[in-house]
Amino acid sequence: MKEFLTYLVTGITLGASFALIGSGFVVVHRVTRIVNFAQGSFAIIAAMMAASLLRGRLPHGLAEAAAVLVCGVVGAVVGWVALGRRGTHPLISLIVTLGLSMLVSAAIILLWGQDPVSPPGLRGHVTLLGVDVERQRLLVLLVTLLAFAAVALFFSRTYLGKALTASASNPYAARLVGIDVRRMGLLAFALAGVLGGLAGVLVAPSNALSFSSDLALALSGFAAAVFGGLSSPGRTLVGGLVLGVAGQLTAGYLNGSYQTEVALLLMLLIMIARSRTFVAEEAK
Amino acid sequence: MLRIDDLVVRYGAAVALDGVSLHLDAGEMVALVGPNGAGKSTLLNAVSGLVPAASGSVTCEGRIAQVPEGRQMFPDMTVEDNLVLGGWSIRNRDLSEVLDLLPDLVRLRKAKAGRLSGGQQQMVAIGRALMAKPDLLAIDELSLGLAPLVVAELAEHLRFLNRDRGTAILLVEQEVSLAFDLCPRTCVLEAGRVVAAGPSAELAESEAVRRAYFGDLGVAGELRADTEVPA
Repeated sequence: MKEFLTYLVTGITLGASFALIGSGFVVVHRVTRIVNFAQGSFAIIAAMMAASLLRGRLPHGLAEAAAVLVCGVVGAVVGWVALGRRGTHPLISLIVTLGLSMLVSAAIILLWGQDPVSPPGLRGHVTLLGVDVERQRLLVLLVTLLAFAAVALFFSRTYLGKALTASASNPYAARLVGIDVRRMGLLAFALAGVLGGLAGVLVAPSNALSFSSDLALALSGFAAAVFGGLSSPGRTLVGGLVLGVAGQLTAGYLNGSYQTEVALLLMLLIMIARSRTFVAEEAK
Repeated sequence: MLRIDDLVVRYGAAVALDGVSLHLDAGEMVALVGPNGAGKSTLLNAVSGLVPAASGSVTCEGRIAQVPEGRQMFPDMTVEDNLVLGGWSIRNRDLSEVLDLLPDLVRLRKAKAGRLSGGQQQMVAIGRALMAKPDLLAIDELSLGLAPLVVAELAEHLRFLNRDRGTAILLVEQEVSLAFDLCPRTCVLEAGRVVAAGPSAELAESEAVRRAYFGDLGVAGELRADTEVPA
């Protein structure tokens, strides 16, 4: 039983980081209909940058915040390239984001090398349901929940958030009322950069990240976002947690190397189960 | 307040507007009528700045807001959110003036716009445009798909808006009798060109205009010969 609880708790905390990455997919897709496969790259950039800044004796908090903000800027740049000229099809933009993620990987190798990085995080353990859990993992869960609440409030309560939602709901009508839909797209990418960066600085202290970790993170985040129909942050959170727990149970009871396969299999099953909903949403 | 001079709009190789000139004084109500594909909506979109001009010019002294064809709601958002976003260009979030003018919207504030009837959506679309405090309201197909009673109610709101607030109105309308009834001046478009323009009362008497709207649409030449009122 204790084994199971250990896998459950660590799975939930790991799943929270998938959900954070997934929320970036959702924010961008909601506003622009683009699937941004550079989402995993934001996490790696943030982890590398936070590690460098901490080595440079910048205090905790400030180093992570700076890394996350830089990811917001990188997100806007990725958005600027991916959105392209007006009328660029979202599928073309998807390919562009894949290309950009490879470019970012090359830049990371150039700047930080190929070795995995694990910046220091919160030290110590707490006991939860009789299981020893790293404080850092609990921080991931807490920050994820706060980030999701903030994103939900931003979209539902603020004027800017409503304009972002309107741009996704009816871009033509949004342009009619004077909303700059392209600028909203850039903002969505910037927000996705922040969410991805947040995932990176939170995950890296527990799981070392290297230039090649972006694909695994992006796949897990994408699977969580697919669970949320690429539109619902709430269901993306649930999807991330389910994925995290499933991965940990697989690693614990079967084999750790099957974790990515489990994520892909789950994503496939969800897409098949939800295919009718996707068709209906496309028809709208 | 609105001056359109020799406006040409192209969609690729197709010419949608071919040298259209039209002017509107402050507080005036002008109807744009014509068969499908005449370029009425394109003209409205060019006035709203949504479609670029290939040549010619559109100048307006004041704010323009458009009520688009098909209402174009933000369907999953509430009526209140739809209205508030109408004021985005001037950051106007105060609904009181619009709700005073369109009191039927008060009870619909929390309803999802996509679930409303066509008439209610048209009222939201008008309210959303009014949130931008426009000097010129450009309306594309006010009556499309709506019951006559609903159209009459909306027309009354527009009359009040024009009379009481002095808002100029440029109305694209397939229902010619409504256009003539609502707007003292009418401009007839066909195949991207202005083929007649003048007081609605005079155009209503034109045999060619009548025939154009009762099935015989290829009468541009006759309209020009028949209607001497300058654009």
